[in-house]
Amino acid sequence: MSSVRRHAFIECDADTVWHFISKMDNLHEWFPVVSTKVEGSKRWITLASGITFEEDILLVDHDLRRYQYSIVPNAIIKSHLATVDVIPDGDSRCIIVYSTDMDPEVLALPIGGAAGEGISRLIEKFGRKQ
Amino acid sequence: MGRKILFITTDQQRYDSLRCNGGTIARTPTIDALAARGINYDRARPQNVVCMPSRSTIITGQHVTTHGVWMNGVPLPEDAPSIAETLHDAGYATALIGKAHFEPLLDPFLRFRENRLGFERVTEPTSTHRGFDHLEFATHGAAGPLHYSQWIRNEHPEHVGSFYAVLDNELQVNASGGGDTNAPQVKMNPIPREWYHTDWVAEHTINWLNSLPEDRDWFCWMSFPDPHHPWDPPQSEVSRVNWRDLDLPEGYIADTAERERIIDGKLRHLRGWYDGTFVSNYEAPSRWVPASLTADQVREVNALVHVENELIDEAIARVLKAVDDRGWTNDLDVVFTTDHGEFQGDFGLLFKGPYHLESLMRLPLIWSPAPSAKMQPARVQTPVGLVSLAATFAHIAGVERPEYTEAARLPANDGESASLGHERVFTEWDSVLFGKIVRLRTISRGNFVCTAALDGTMSRRGEGELYDLANDPLQHVNLWDDPRYQATRDDLLDDLWLNMPVAREPVRAVDAPV
Repeated sequence: MSSVRRHAFIECDADTVWHFISKMDNLHEWFPVVSTKVEGSKRWITLASGITFEEDILLVDHDLRRYQYSIVPNAIIKSHLATVDVIPDGDSRCIIVYSTDMDPEVLALPIGGAAGEGISRLIEKFGRKQ
Repeated sequence: MGRKILFITTDQQRYDSLRCNGGTIARTPTIDALAARGINYDRARPQNVVCMPSRSTIITGQHVTTHGVWMNGVPLPEDAPSIAETLHDAGYATALIGKAHFEPLLDPFLRFRENRLGFERVTEPTSTHRGFDHLEFATHGAAGPLHYSQWIRNEHPEHVGSFYAVLDNELQVNASGGGDTNAPQVKMNPIPREWYHTDWVAEHTINWLNSLPEDRDWFCWMSFPDPHHPWDPPQSEVSRVNWRDLDLPEGYIADTAERERIIDGKLRHLRGWYDGTFVSNYEAPSRWVPASLTADQVREVNALVHVENELIDEAIARVLKAVDDRGWTNDLDVVFTTDHGEFQGDFGLLFKGPYHLESLMRLPLIWSPAPSAKMQPARVQTPVGLVSLAATFAHIAGVERPEYTEAARLPANDGESASLGHERVFTEWDSVLFGKIVRLRTISRGNFVCTAALDGTMSRRGEGELYDLANDPLQHVNLWDDPRYQATRDDLLDDLWLNMPVAREPVRAVDAPV
């Protein structure tokens, strides 16, 4: 098991950022995946390589501005938990934190890299520090 | 018409693997001939001893602290400086055929362009990639999205499983053994020789060269994935070298107690790896314990490496013949090197990692200038770095040395070394892998190589290694704490801290294990 974490400040209020990323079916609009499908608490994401992951959406907490999801174990992935937090830093700025705990540990690195790219896209969308 | 440039790299090849450098097993007549009529560098050093940082230095002409690819898994930004781009802008046709590895290989999201080009089977993208017009990528087998893997899967699907599986079911580098001795990363590969990646790289290089107009200047980086592990050359070729006939390498210390005494004289993380308790480099199988390596396993791995090196030499011969058939030989510069070395049994170890020892640091480097340049053959003793290659290519092309490069071109002889500023070479290591941290800074100057540890999991600033290569070429005696060498050590360290480029901030994130 290993953990990775990526974070960044976004020059935008937490509610706006949270409103966007908490829509479970639009992950492909900010994370480097090509499609997202949601049915109830299930989500399927497809990567550019053609790999599809089935995920369980475990938590969407609008008060905490946190959601958690888990890739359903498969031939490669033994366990996975991802947590996305949007934390206000004043009225017009927030910090987004993406954490993943993963077994096998090696896969945490490319998932962390993808999260880093996703956060960069959010910064582009919502604003960077002037 | 100007000079054409054939830049040949291998992956993880030792200096002493070539006959022209004292090798006695693998027959390397093509490379030996390049050395005989060219400039052979006796102390060529990488700026990092694993692939991605070293290759990033080659293409940028920059030290690791400057280009920022501080460990495997950190991608070189697509807009990083590139000597291929400089040559392309100067009118050269440019190609990279074989192993690139400027971007992570383990990339399920296909975030990186090299992987996407392979996945989409694109060889000539609408915009150049790092200055290359033409790209065909290969790595150490049939897995993954790169062009060679796609070719095997499409043309010869029955051989997808013929290669050694580099990763195990947990995506760790595989520790399982094979061959006659159950050595790690060894497999008998039934693939026909002509479908193996070495011949594929040569054949596709020839195809690209034959596509060019007669009067076009070109720069071709032909990059063989071998002799990097896994050691799975075509089985039909394995009988070239019978491992049972091989002597153990000079660097192998047969007596266990003596071997461990010598290892214990070095920075502590080496003993940690030897015992299997501190694996800090993903590319060494984490479940393999080096202390378990047998003498016969060393022999068998070495035999397979020799076979792979012979295949590379023969592939180069075919490419040079194709060049000659086009009438280009008189204007052809050939540069041959590798990205880093390999233990191959030295100190009872295989593979590589954060160990700045000659096994990994002393590289083959040969520059065979175009006959039309009328340069004299030479053997250069001055330490030089792969960081000088970019400026060397610019020099060959008649292009002003790019401002982004951090080292002068290679010297044509020892007499030129001082005037070009070749006094010292730096090598760096930084790794942070699942909580295990190693940081090293090394200077090679004169006959000495001096490595300073920075704070890490097993070492602290103030610890290090110092070797006198003239009197101790096998590096059995660490002089770091020897009072007789304190002034030498301190002078080398002053030089290191004064002249090594300053690390860039912020440090780039690791996006993959490799």
